[in-house]
Amino acid sequence: MTQIPSQTSSNGRSAMAEIAAIAALAAGAVLALFLSLNAADPVMAFHAALFVAAGALGVIGVGYMWRQRASGRSSTEGYNDGVVKYGVIASLFWGIAGFVVGLYIALQLAYPLLNLDLPWTTFGRLRPLHTSAVIFAFGGNVLIATSFYVVQRTCKARLAGEIAPWFVFWGYNLFIVIAATGYLLGVTQSKEYAEPEWYADLWLTIVWVVYLLVFLGTLWKRKEPHIYVANWFYLAFIVTIAMLHIVNNLTLPVSLTGAKSYSLFAGVQSALTQWWYGHNAVGFFLTAGFLAIMYYFVPKRAERPVYSYRLSIVHFWSLIFLYIWAGPHHLHYTALPDWAQTLGMTFSVMLWMPSWGGMINGLMTLSGAWDKLRTDAVLRMLVVSVAFYGMSTFEGPMMSIKAVNALSHYTDWTIGHVHSGALGWVAFVSFGAIYCLVPWLWKKEGLYSEKLVSWHFWLSTLGIVLYITAMWVSGILQGLMWRDYNGLGFLEYSFVETVEAMHPFYLIRALGGALFVIGALIMAYNVWRTISGASAAKAAAPALAE
Amino acid sequence: MTHAEVSYFAQTWGLVFLVVMFATGVIYALWPSNKHKFDAAARLPLDDEAANKEK
Repeated sequence: MTQIPSQTSSNGRSAMAEIAAIAALAAGAVLALFLSLNAADPVMAFHAALFVAAGALGVIGVGYMWRQRASGRSSTEGYNDGVVKYGVIASLFWGIAGFVVGLYIALQLAYPLLNLDLPWTTFGRLRPLHTSAVIFAFGGNVLIATSFYVVQRTCKARLAGEIAPWFVFWGYNLFIVIAATGYLLGVTQSKEYAEPEWYADLWLTIVWVVYLLVFLGTLWKRKEPHIYVANWFYLAFIVTIAMLHIVNNLTLPVSLTGAKSYSLFAGVQSALTQWWYGHNAVGFFLTAGFLAIMYYFVPKRAERPVYSYRLSIVHFWSLIFLYIWAGPHHLHYTALPDWAQTLGMTFSVMLWMPSWGGMINGLMTLSGAWDKLRTDAVLRMLVVSVAFYGMSTFEGPMMSIKAVNALSHYTDWTIGHVHSGALGWVAFVSFGAIYCLVPWLWKKEGLYSEKLVSWHFWLSTLGIVLYITAMWVSGILQGLMWRDYNGLGFLEYSFVETVEAMHPFYLIRALGGALFVIGALIMAYNVWRTISGASAAKAAAPALAE
Repeated sequence: MTHAEVSYFAQTWGLVFLVVMFATGVIYALWPSNKHKFDAAARLPLDDEAANKEK
């Protein structure tokens, strides 16, 4: 471990890296300035100006790193947790922003007046803002932060590079800002979950390649011979998202100085590429990445080894091999050839096995520690997330069956299914991981209040239950009303009648969402109090007094 | 290469390739002499702060 003799040469290497980074950032900023001044449309001018500002801030940031290193105030020994801390804070910020926008558009569906009659606040613009904020901003920051934390611990090695991890964090969040402001200003590729335009996509590609290199570099210099299963899941997530992102975003810009582009694919090919991307964003972003969190944080928190490591390997490879084929189930009864639809359905049904294998592996990791569920609200959150994972991965394959899909497709049932996965599984496992990480990272004995974790847990669980049950009822009602014929072969209901029937369920859904937002705010307060140093001894007292 | 050729290749050699890859993964997971290694790996998250202590 001693690297003292090589201290000077490593200092020289760091200086070289810092000079190269400053040069690259400055060159990027100049290029962006040129683009901003010659932009074909105002949105491009604005976004290029954001890139100029980001480049300038990047130069200042690297300069700061230089000063810290030169004055001996920064250490390149031990684990690199600074960037993980930023990731945790960013996750909380984006999470709450995304949940609030979700609540707002849920209310818009119940009360359309809330679109305020302004172009920027219409449902069509706020909806991608919500989905991108919760999936990519909240989920993405959680994945980057936890992957940086977990890969260091399980490899017993410091994160590769000093500037690169920071570039990944800030670069990714710049992408989020570009995407989000673009949606509000009406810039979109109109591809679900792939709305950002070509220049944002190119930027994300650069950031993602650096992310992959940081991750691989850390694996490369690991001191632990075995690559732990969580790292396999993280790696699958990073590699597959790179592939999906590049292929689905193959577009031709109208002008190199304008925001608008056209997809290389057209018609049913475009649809299949889009849903190959879309469903694998679910499979590799929202599943594989968060399974990595499960495989690290559940054993760690329960203080029990993984139930079956063999099962985890089979879980990994079967999930990887099956998920990639499931996309066509989004295109049942469309122009997509029938065999491709059936293939998508078949692979979706087969996904039951790895999904449930993984769920059982996560839950059974608690064997010998089940009593901790009574006392540890954080572990309860993690375990309930795995239970929701099991539930939504049961529901998903069922909905992919053509006969079921004929009823469920285009209805609120789909929305309910997505949210049982997104709120129950993805958000809960993220909350659990953040509650674990905060005391570990900020070196505190424990959280400010265990009782507030309990409040968060119960409010959010109640919120999810209200949300998904409301959507089941409204979705099935909607599906049945749409397909109802009278004796003469005419549709029984006009479309607007089905919209009217949804109203009470939209209110229940909004109530569930409000509870979920309140839970997240409680979490933010708890995390803030923990970080700002409320003593752990004091924090334990209210929990004991119960 | 025509569409028919590509799809023939995918449906024969592509299938064989994926099945063999998957089988290799399963055999690796179940291979008896790997058991010891996997039992140790299952405990990896539990004792990973050791390296950070010397900081």
